[in-house]
Amino acid sequence: MAEVAAPQGPVATGETLLSVRDLGKTFDVSAPFLNRVLQGQPRVHLTAVDDVSFDIPRGSTFSLVGESGCGKSTVARLVVGLYRPSQGRVEFEGTDLARIQTRRQMAPLRRKWAMIFQDPYASLNPRWRVADIVAEPIRYHGLLSGGQAIRTRVGELLELVGLSALDGEKYPHEFSGGQRQRISIARALASEPDFIVCDEPTSALDVSVQAQILNLMKRLQRELGLTYLFISHDLAVVYHISDYVGVMYLGRLVEWSDARLLFSNPRHPYTRMLLDAIPDLEMSGRARTPVGGEVPSPIAPPAGCHFNPRCPFADERCRSETPMALKVGVGEVRCHAVEEGRLPEPESA
Amino acid sequence: MNETTTFADSAGATARPRGNRPVLEVEKLRVEFPTRKGTLRAVDDISFHIDEGEVLGVVGESGAGKSMTGTAIIGLLEPPGRIAGGEVRLEGERIDNLPYEKMRRYRGARIGMVFQDPLTSLNPLYTVGFHLTETIRTHSDLSEKQARQRALDLLSEVGIPAPERRIDQYPHQFSGGMRQRVVVALALCANPRLIIADEPTTALDVSIQAQIIRLLQRLCREHGASVMLITHDMGVIAETADRVAVMYAGRIAEVGPVQEVVKNAQHPYTEGLMGAIPTIGGTHEDLVQIKGSMPRLTQIPSGCAFHPRCPKAFDRCRRERPELMPAGRSEAACWLHDPAEKGRRRGNG
Repeated sequence: MAEVAAPQGPVATGETLLSVRDLGKTFDVSAPFLNRVLQGQPRVHLTAVDDVSFDIPRGSTFSLVGESGCGKSTVARLVVGLYRPSQGRVEFEGTDLARIQTRRQMAPLRRKWAMIFQDPYASLNPRWRVADIVAEPIRYHGLLSGGQAIRTRVGELLELVGLSALDGEKYPHEFSGGQRQRISIARALASEPDFIVCDEPTSALDVSVQAQILNLMKRLQRELGLTYLFISHDLAVVYHISDYVGVMYLGRLVEWSDARLLFSNPRHPYTRMLLDAIPDLEMSGRARTPVGGEVPSPIAPPAGCHFNPRCPFADERCRSETPMALKVGVGEVRCHAVEEGRLPEPESA
Repeated sequence: MNETTTFADSAGATARPRGNRPVLEVEKLRVEFPTRKGTLRAVDDISFHIDEGEVLGVVGESGAGKSMTGTAIIGLLEPPGRIAGGEVRLEGERIDNLPYEKMRRYRGARIGMVFQDPLTSLNPLYTVGFHLTETIRTHSDLSEKQARQRALDLLSEVGIPAPERRIDQYPHQFSGGMRQRVVVALALCANPRLIIADEPTTALDVSIQAQIIRLLQRLCREHGASVMLITHDMGVIAETADRVAVMYAGRIAEVGPVQEVVKNAQHPYTEGLMGAIPTIGGTHEDLVQIKGSMPRLTQIPSGCAFHPRCPKAFDRCRRERPELMPAGRSEAACWLHDPAEKGRRRGNG
């Protein structure tokens, strides 16, 4: 690459690349204007993301996990500026994204991040050749000029992700799902970004192909010093790829910590429940505490801690008062029971 | 014997002991799709059986033919797909060549089905209660009132709170997990001997997935039904199934007790598949990668279909197709386990 730095250390250099503070996003999901007027329906707001804060050190992978509707994809979109936050701020290399008013101010920043989406069938234009798809960010940001230079660069990128330079002449439909995801990654790398947001990049793939893509992403991170924000609902994948993991529930980040610590010593009852719920290959036959119930509607979430109706440790305070983030080790937990120390130690496996 | 299925006290049917009499026997089943480019073989000469009260897991990546096998067994192949050879026997009776009307009566009564997407298995224009009573009355001579009572019993059995209120609601008023419970109740309506569950939890969140799996397991134990559980999720199989069949390119690569297959895989494909699955608590090292991807049905390789991707392939694999042969405590379709081959290798080494 044009400015490939010397390979950085395996993980963080300590410097914070992305900082998210008190981030919130509310969507207006009211009925149409006429219905509100004629039928007297009120305005309805959905809080998709509520008071989320975390930092991602350069060169590391921060993952967000949670069940559908917990707001993890909304956070991803807020972070890259596809949505404007309703409250709070996102700082990228110290620049507050909300302060940026014009496209021209945004452009140099835009080059520094990229996105990989879940569905490699929907995220590639079927009428474009792969070489054009990969070259688009190069052309848009004006990184190279001259057809030959761009062609050479596209060839390099395709080879970097394990395809052949000749594949550029083909159309997306000629590739399998895994190969298409490689094309998405090549496109993401084309603008030489520092930061890549990966929204469920392997959920649509088979396990053996998923393994190829995860290995590729780890290799690229080592070689290019990339920083990832990784969104997934698959805890095993998250464990495998992350340095830090945040668990979201109904728009709130209920716990985040170092990946190994979070999985070996989960604090929040919801994290414990999630870990308990995944079927594993070990068939350890460990006693599970099945948690009943489902995720409530985000339009009318329960008062206090959102998890209280499903939580075995909930008490009066949990039902009325929203828990604040409590520093625990490197991470944070939002739980009254943890704060008061009335949570039993998790049964060690 | 089949038409005599009674509903007397069927909800509380006594648990049938697990016997060795196979409920389902599949022998050399072959499913073909005639196309303009030639005949595609989606399922190629596969044989297996499911014993009474047993859960047989069928895993494989997309395109392996696992769903096609299930569809062929219940006789719901979409034309031009057809069974081109082999036999399917349910409790000793051949069912693959039954006339349409007779098979229609068997479906539901003797074989129940649970599909992946609960929203498409329910008709949005009818209430949940209508679905249940219709199915119950089709397969028995209960009166409207008795059928409704039985529907209420079933709904509470599958863990739907307040069934008296819920029974008159429409599918869209149910959440994904609750809908899948309704589908399970539908499958159990006539106390079938065999339930074919095709990716029953894939569309659900992990915490709900755990609830549904436990439900299926408990109900099958109580009703004494056998289950064919088709999924791509090895974790689900490991926790639920007694035996597992691993499919690759329309063939069974390996079949055996679930612990054996997971921990002591005999076929190189199974071995690669197990290594490709990220596990919590595992190392952060790279995952095992199987190079390439599953061949298209138009390009099934000669001999063993896995040989182009197999690290252990030798000459014979390219020429001759292996059948299932004993391997450890499982059976694997791999020449490595051919006694003659073992002898030759020992001789050479």
